[in-house]
Amino acid sequence: MANIFGLEAPLSKMAISNAHGEDSPYFAGWKAYNEDPYDAKKNPSGVIQMGLAENQVSFDLLENYLEEHPEAYSWSSGPSSFRENALFQDYHGLQSFRKAIAGFMEKIRSHRAKFDPERIVLTAGATAANELLTFILADPGDALLVPTPYYPGFDRDLQWRTRVSIVPIPCHSTNSFQLTLQSLETAYADAEASNLRVKALLITNPSNPLGISSPRTLLEDILDFISKKNIHLISDEIYSGSVFDATDFVSIAEIAEERSHISSEKIHIVYSLSKDLGLPGFRVGALYSYNDRVVKTARRMSSFSLVSSQTQKTLSFMLSDEEFSLKFIETNRMRLKERHSCVVKELRDSGIECLKGNAGLFCWVNLGEFLEKKNREEELKLWKVILDEVKLNISPGSSCHCSEAGWFRVCFANMSKETLEVALRRLREFSEKIRGRRRSPNGEICT
Amino acid sequence: MGFGESEEQLLSKVATNGGHGENSSYFDGWKAYDRDPYHPIQNPEGVIQMGLAENLLCHDLIEEWIRKNPAASICTEEGVSQFSAVANFQDYHGLPIFRQGVAKFMEKGRGGRVRFDPERIVMSGGATGAQETLAFCLADPGDAFLIPVPYYPAFDRDFCWRTRARLLPIHCDSSNNFNITTSALEAAYHQAQKSNIRVKGILISNPSNPLGTTMSKQTLQILLRFVNEKRIHLICDEIFSGTVFKSPRFVSLSEIVEADPTIDRDLIHVVYSLSKDLGLPGFRVGVIYSYNNAVVACARKMSSFGLVSSQTQYLLGCMLGDEEFTSEYLVENARRLAERHGVFTAGLARVGIRCLEGNGGLFCWMDLRALLKEETVEGELELWRVIVNEVKLNVSPGSSFHCAEPGWFRVCFANMDEETTERALRRIRVFVNGEGEEVKMMKTKKKKKNGWDEELRLSLPRRFEEDLVLTPRLMSPHSPLVRATI
Repeated sequence: MANIFGLEAPLSKMAISNAHGEDSPYFAGWKAYNEDPYDAKKNPSGVIQMGLAENQVSFDLLENYLEEHPEAYSWSSGPSSFRENALFQDYHGLQSFRKAIAGFMEKIRSHRAKFDPERIVLTAGATAANELLTFILADPGDALLVPTPYYPGFDRDLQWRTRVSIVPIPCHSTNSFQLTLQSLETAYADAEASNLRVKALLITNPSNPLGISSPRTLLEDILDFISKKNIHLISDEIYSGSVFDATDFVSIAEIAEERSHISSEKIHIVYSLSKDLGLPGFRVGALYSYNDRVVKTARRMSSFSLVSSQTQKTLSFMLSDEEFSLKFIETNRMRLKERHSCVVKELRDSGIECLKGNAGLFCWVNLGEFLEKKNREEELKLWKVILDEVKLNISPGSSCHCSEAGWFRVCFANMSKETLEVALRRLREFSEKIRGRRRSPNGEICT
Repeated sequence: MGFGESEEQLLSKVATNGGHGENSSYFDGWKAYDRDPYHPIQNPEGVIQMGLAENLLCHDLIEEWIRKNPAASICTEEGVSQFSAVANFQDYHGLPIFRQGVAKFMEKGRGGRVRFDPERIVMSGGATGAQETLAFCLADPGDAFLIPVPYYPAFDRDFCWRTRARLLPIHCDSSNNFNITTSALEAAYHQAQKSNIRVKGILISNPSNPLGTTMSKQTLQILLRFVNEKRIHLICDEIFSGTVFKSPRFVSLSEIVEADPTIDRDLIHVVYSLSKDLGLPGFRVGVIYSYNNAVVACARKMSSFGLVSSQTQYLLGCMLGDEEFTSEYLVENARRLAERHGVFTAGLARVGIRCLEGNGGLFCWMDLRALLKEETVEGELELWRVIVNEVKLNVSPGSSFHCAEPGWFRVCFANMDEETTERALRRIRVFVNGEGEEVKMMKTKKKKKNGWDEELRLSLPRRFEEDLVLTPRLMSPHSPLVRATI
């Protein structure tokens, strides 16, 4: 693109490419929402945002805590002084904060695994943690295996500046989109055949967008696989606190401990407070690695994305409060479970089926029957209709690289109950309208 | 507990090369300080940290503002109504009050002579993140930016580590106060071309770290003409712009660019941060201000990897929006820096130590060439070891800044109180006047066969890796940064 001088300003190839991934409908929907956002009073016919996996159900707990504990954010003297806090740029992070996060992660897993605060590396969000790990584990041109469907942001986080490729492992509705050892082996073999060097497998547990946690047997198979192939495992457990029943969640950390840490030097866990605490703006990510060298290198690399010391101090205080953090985890879980059940039921009553989920801030919904043909074009057409006419921004499965058309991710925790009811009502009306259109003259529904 | 053997082949090249830069002598002094840190009461004979360019002179002003404006914190009773909205806000455009506050503050720091558009303000993980992001946007792997020496050591990491870009030196020396000349610029450029290296731009710092001087309008114009002619980029790191305390006044790149329509603005990019001017390095506020729309768009997308905490954006947005406060702050900051600089350079002058005539920054560029046993990097490092281990001052040797001439040292003066400043000056006086003891010893000691005097405790630049991992416990070397106190 030439400027007023009639010349092109020479940028890097990276800057010109669209590997940032923002041309996906995943992000286009957000733009539509931004242009016409729903507001109960001011814009009741606006777009309701159901494409953002945020957790807004538990802010009151945080606000109440702060109101009762001004020490969390006020600066006194000595080591807790403003000056010390403002100057603190050590990439080890506040020790009290790392300790608090380790403790929080342990509580979420009901103490079935132990986390050493010295192995926690803080980063500005899980976005930075995933990119950082990729830089450390893979060279440009190498590949990461990632089961589909997956979080659209991975395309940018894992591939863009690292120049590493994602090799998708397609998963199917026939077994609830579960990753299998078979599909893992096949994807790995295919990558090798294409001369791609696979350096790691990345799983999200619980899964975004599926809303299901990985079963124990799968995790065991995965550990066997990565040991055999001598590749790394990244387990993104950012939604671990949103598993509705605590006993359902099995973390890779538990399996690693059970196996006395054979092969643990290949295991790395990504966490964040964006989903479980509902604080995406605070940019708190964490990388937990059992590999000394990775911890050390990650720590150095975190210089590019450290967590604000102001935020570290506030949250350290809050999460070090054992009673509060335990209560928060339990209450948050319960509220999410309630919301989820309500949404699933409402959708079912509208004739819409969800994948049976046990976690997350969203449902994985099957709208396949609304498609003329089960392909990507039709899916995107449907998405557009739902965005423009039903005024709901939900995320089409193709933006998550789903191998089957017709699935959509519908978020339910990023709005008030009232707004959710409005959204569900709109969906029900839409569903009835489509079915009504399809009724044959004698009143039966056409297939 | 450590796990398994460290299998090098399992990690990437970026992870295993030395690109993190921590093997530099720049950090060795910090380690010496870490081992034996000065404390006025608990350890008055410890090493005084003069190798950290931090600004501790005005925290009281900021603290007072925060106390008087509780609503700026989303955690207080007065501000908690904003908590959920702010905590939820992760838009990489940043909070409008934050962008507006930063733009206004940058304008004030330039005496209102320049306009900054809040829409062009892009966040980054400190200036560290800003430099890396710009390198990703402007350079392909193997491409080079020219940079005048001496320069801030961490640029090697920030600009080159993960990006695989390169920095090539533009020769500057004391013959003309380390100013950039056209001939040096041309020489560096042609040298690169001869080596088949593609030059994509020039990286400068103004005010300069470590020189503590601002660039003249003429020099900036030379640079602008050069980049315009060669169609390469110019990145100006203005992180110390608010610390100019003496004339000549600060002339920012933007001032010249705004006044000259023949300059192609698509080539111009400014890096800023609140770490030095406001003394808030922990808050990680980096800013990229580019006049190139495509770079703004790209850098903004990349900022996802290093956004500023919305809690911090909110606090600083409110504070920087208080124009009465920021005006007073900038004036008082300059005044305190001038005073401290004056005391320090006078103290040095009293014992015959000259500094480059500085007018900005948080440090002096000290000329100790007369004390060198030999005019080599080894000679400089030997003197440096004496200063760290015997005089107990951590100063930074010029070679760690890639200085072309041995014997120059950067010494920071704004990261301590008055009493410590006095103490540091006293130690220097004793060292120089007792030219008697320490320095005589240095000059007459015979070289051992390997060139090093084994009686001096060495802290040679040592690879971190040697300290690592054959121990069962995770060894976490101290970050060469402020020690955790909490």
